[in-house]
Amino acid sequence: MTPLTLTVNGIRHELRVDPRRSLLDLVRDTLDLTGAKKGCDHGQCGACTMIVNGRRINSCLSLAVSHDGDEVTTIEGVAARSAGEETSTADAPALHPLQQAFIEHDAFQCGFCTSGQICSGIAALEELAQDLPSLVTVSGEGFRNVEDADALLEEELRERMSGNLCRCGAYPNILAALRQVMEAQR
Amino acid sequence: MTEMMSMEVQAERPLGRALDRVDGIAKVSGRAMYAADYRPASDLAEGFIVEAPAAPGRIRRLDVSRAEDAEGVIAVLTSANVPEQRTYGAPEDAGRFTQSHAVLQGDRVRHVGQPVALIVARTLEQARHAASLVEVEIEVDAEGGIFDALAHEDLAFAPDSLDGADDADTQKGDLARELAGSDHRVGATYHTAMQHAAAMEPHVSVAEWDGDQLTVHMGIQIVASAVKAFATTLQIEPEQIRIVSPFTGGGFGSKLGIHSEAVLAALAARVCDRPVRVVQTRRSVFVNAPHRERHRQELELGATADGTLTAIRHDNLAGMARDYAFAEAPASPTRASYAAPAIHTSHRVVAADIPTVDSMRAPGEAIGTLTLETAIDEMAQACGMDPLEFRLRNMPDVDPVSGAPFGDHRLESCLREGAQRFGWDGCVAPGSRREGRLLIGRGLAAAIRPNMLVGAEAEITLSPDGRFHVRTDMTDIGTGSYTILTQIAADTLGVEPGQVVTELGDSAFPKSSGSGGSFGAASTGSAVQDAASNLLSALRDRCAALGLDGNGALAFTLDSVRLGERSLALADLVGPEGMTASGSIDPDDFDTGQAGYSYGAQFAEVAVDAVTGEIRVRRLLGVFDAGRILNPKTARSQLLGGMIFGIGAALMEEGVIDPRSGAVMARDLADYHIPVNRDVPALEVHMLGASSPFANPLGAKGIGELGICGAGPAIANAVHEATGVRPRAFPIHLDHLLPNLPPV
Ligand code: FES
Ligand code: FES
Repeated sequence: MTPLTLTVNGIRHELRVDPRRSLLDLVRDTLDLTGAKKGCDHGQCGACTMIVNGRRINSCLSLAVSHDGDEVTTIEGVAARSAGEETSTADAPALHPLQQAFIEHDAFQCGFCTSGQICSGIAALEELAQDLPSLVTVSGEGFRNVEDADALLEEELRERMSGNLCRCGAYPNILAALRQVMEAQR
Repeated sequence: MTEMMSMEVQAERPLGRALDRVDGIAKVSGRAMYAADYRPASDLAEGFIVEAPAAPGRIRRLDVSRAEDAEGVIAVLTSANVPEQRTYGAPEDAGRFTQSHAVLQGDRVRHVGQPVALIVARTLEQARHAASLVEVEIEVDAEGGIFDALAHEDLAFAPDSLDGADDADTQKGDLARELAGSDHRVGATYHTAMQHAAAMEPHVSVAEWDGDQLTVHMGIQIVASAVKAFATTLQIEPEQIRIVSPFTGGGFGSKLGIHSEAVLAALAARVCDRPVRVVQTRRSVFVNAPHRERHRQELELGATADGTLTAIRHDNLAGMARDYAFAEAPASPTRASYAAPAIHTSHRVVAADIPTVDSMRAPGEAIGTLTLETAIDEMAQACGMDPLEFRLRNMPDVDPVSGAPFGDHRLESCLREGAQRFGWDGCVAPGSRREGRLLIGRGLAAAIRPNMLVGAEAEITLSPDGRFHVRTDMTDIGTGSYTILTQIAADTLGVEPGQVVTELGDSAFPKSSGSGGSFGAASTGSAVQDAASNLLSALRDRCAALGLDGNGALAFTLDSVRLGERSLALADLVGPEGMTASGSIDPDDFDTGQAGYSYGAQFAEVAVDAVTGEIRVRRLLGVFDAGRILNPKTARSQLLGGMIFGIGAALMEEGVIDPRSGAVMARDLADYHIPVNRDVPALEVHMLGASSPFANPLGAKGIGELGICGAGPAIANAVHEATGVRPRAFPIHLDHLLPNLPPV
């Protein structure tokens, strides 16, 4: 067992963990935060996406012990990460704007990929705001500056969300939810 | 029904409203409890499957001693110590979902990947490590196995029945004569790929025993048949079994029945006397959950010079997993889409030593429209006609093969409206529409899917808290059951959806249709509607007995019921227990002898890179008739999801079995490609929305599988217009196109 200190959704945990345990299994089965899902355990689906020190990662592909001292945000903690947090009750938890937009745009069906999509989407919007490039980014120009900005933005979002599989096929609605939040943030 | 409605005039009635999902908050906040999220009261043990590395054959040596000694291991289940079960596949008349699903029985292994042992340990890491210590040797049968059914046509036979149809073969009219007399003939052999449902939630079961009572939390589509399957396999009474499945992370057919992890979990929990969770690994899902089998489909069409179809022949060959009677019906759409004097269809299967073959979303139509609608396009071209005009010319007046009258027939409306919305302006010469190095093509296809109604029951309780609790063992696999059942109840009771609480996925509740075959909403929805009207009459009677009588609708608040100016306290009306009524639907009451189908028309635009052959879908538009739309928001999502399945079938999804060893080669999501966000363009979905009262009391028809039908062939036909190449195998590979691409 290896000692590990980890902050998850603002709560600090002092743990002793099996060095073989993934961050995903630690969060789900040691900390009992079951929002993050295991779709493949191989880094191929994105259902396990969490935000670690501000960047999204596939938590199934990362050993828990490699995160000593890290700050982890899971779906259970994304609302608190957003500005203007409201009081949360059991029936009506406070929601991040992207969570709200997912509901409005029906950006999920079975919901199994949803925690990962939302964590990934929040981080993707932050990456865009920081002008971090993706595969489709036109080099030298931010996506805001090119001629067909709208089409390119859609392509940027699709590309950036393509690590999160959704077998139910909610992709167009996920895109709409992201756009809504992005426009509101401008 | 109108007079039952609330007196308050609502802007929009609950049913038909684009209501946000009632389980939306649970799903976006990570609170929805899927089976793997369930935490039993006592310590949960983890099960890990050890697979057979070769098959068919017998286990020559299985040494689990090192695994048993490994840290944290509680037990290792093998055929030597597994509790008694009914023989796999028995009894013969049970049907595939309720037959015995016994595991670890004897030394026989049917297919590569079948479980030969289950490690049970305190943690997943311990179980997985112990599994690596198991030594297993398989003595493969001397004569080898049959892995490539299509190479063994000599062993083919007609299945006793088909999925969704009785007859393996149908022969309407004189095929030879009609073909001989036709002016145009086209024919081709097509191959459609082995496919996997690949639901994002891997198959999972958490089993626990309390004395002789078994409870299993699992991801499942039909709760009641899971109860039967456990009862048959474990030789216990259905009353001893409770299945709980409030949320299922996608099914697409693969969770209609139970699979090895479920039985293993139940057996292990018994042996270890503690709760056991078995989650299939993603790699396991590709062999221990069912797949859609690869098919060879032969189509031959005849038409007169003016473009009237005279003959259609559609012959199919595929593998059937040994001892598991399931045969898909790719000729199902051929029997129903177009009029022709002669239509002959056949289905043959070869028993093969492969993992379970079973339904995958839109069984029959998904891969049947892929080929039929491609061939229809080719025939239109042979006749020199626009493919839209050709389809319209051959619309049937009655169900083409059965001769039954249609309950309704809106295929033509879908085609016409789709053409107009898409801006269909006829074909251009293949390869002639270009944008730089991109070849642009457009195509269309018809969509059809038989509509079904199955028996279902539900109950509704008006509780003293003023809420109506709907209970049925129906599942919500992403389809929106929670939401539409809430709307149906609210609509009938004359309350707002917020006053209704729907509880699903528990075998303790009345037996529903479950989710499958696109019959869930109409079937279980009709039962909920019936329960709601029964409850309303019972409440009205009770009100009258308490002196609250008169005309008009009862209006329910959280603490009272009002009729006109007068009201009654809810506590006085329903007492501390609340008041309950049940309802049901019997499909025999709707057996009118009419043929019922959902319809659609899909239009695609693709861009093919003239240098690399890369195919990108640029537009996909569908117009659909699924009867009355219960909730346009969730209905649209169902259709979108289906269309994306269609993109996958046309361009990406291909399971592969090694023909020498029987091993499934594409066993993860990096090898088996499903569409990702960037593969999907802006999709356009339109619904006709007209009611289909012949089908069921709600007037709704199936929608969950409709979107996949016709999407793939619309893309294939667009690829033809872009490149001049007629796809004969699906998914369409770049190398099918490369040798024949027009010069850049
Ligand atoms: S579970 Fe981590 S990427 Fe699939
Ligand atoms: S909502 Fe089911 S996989 Fe995305």
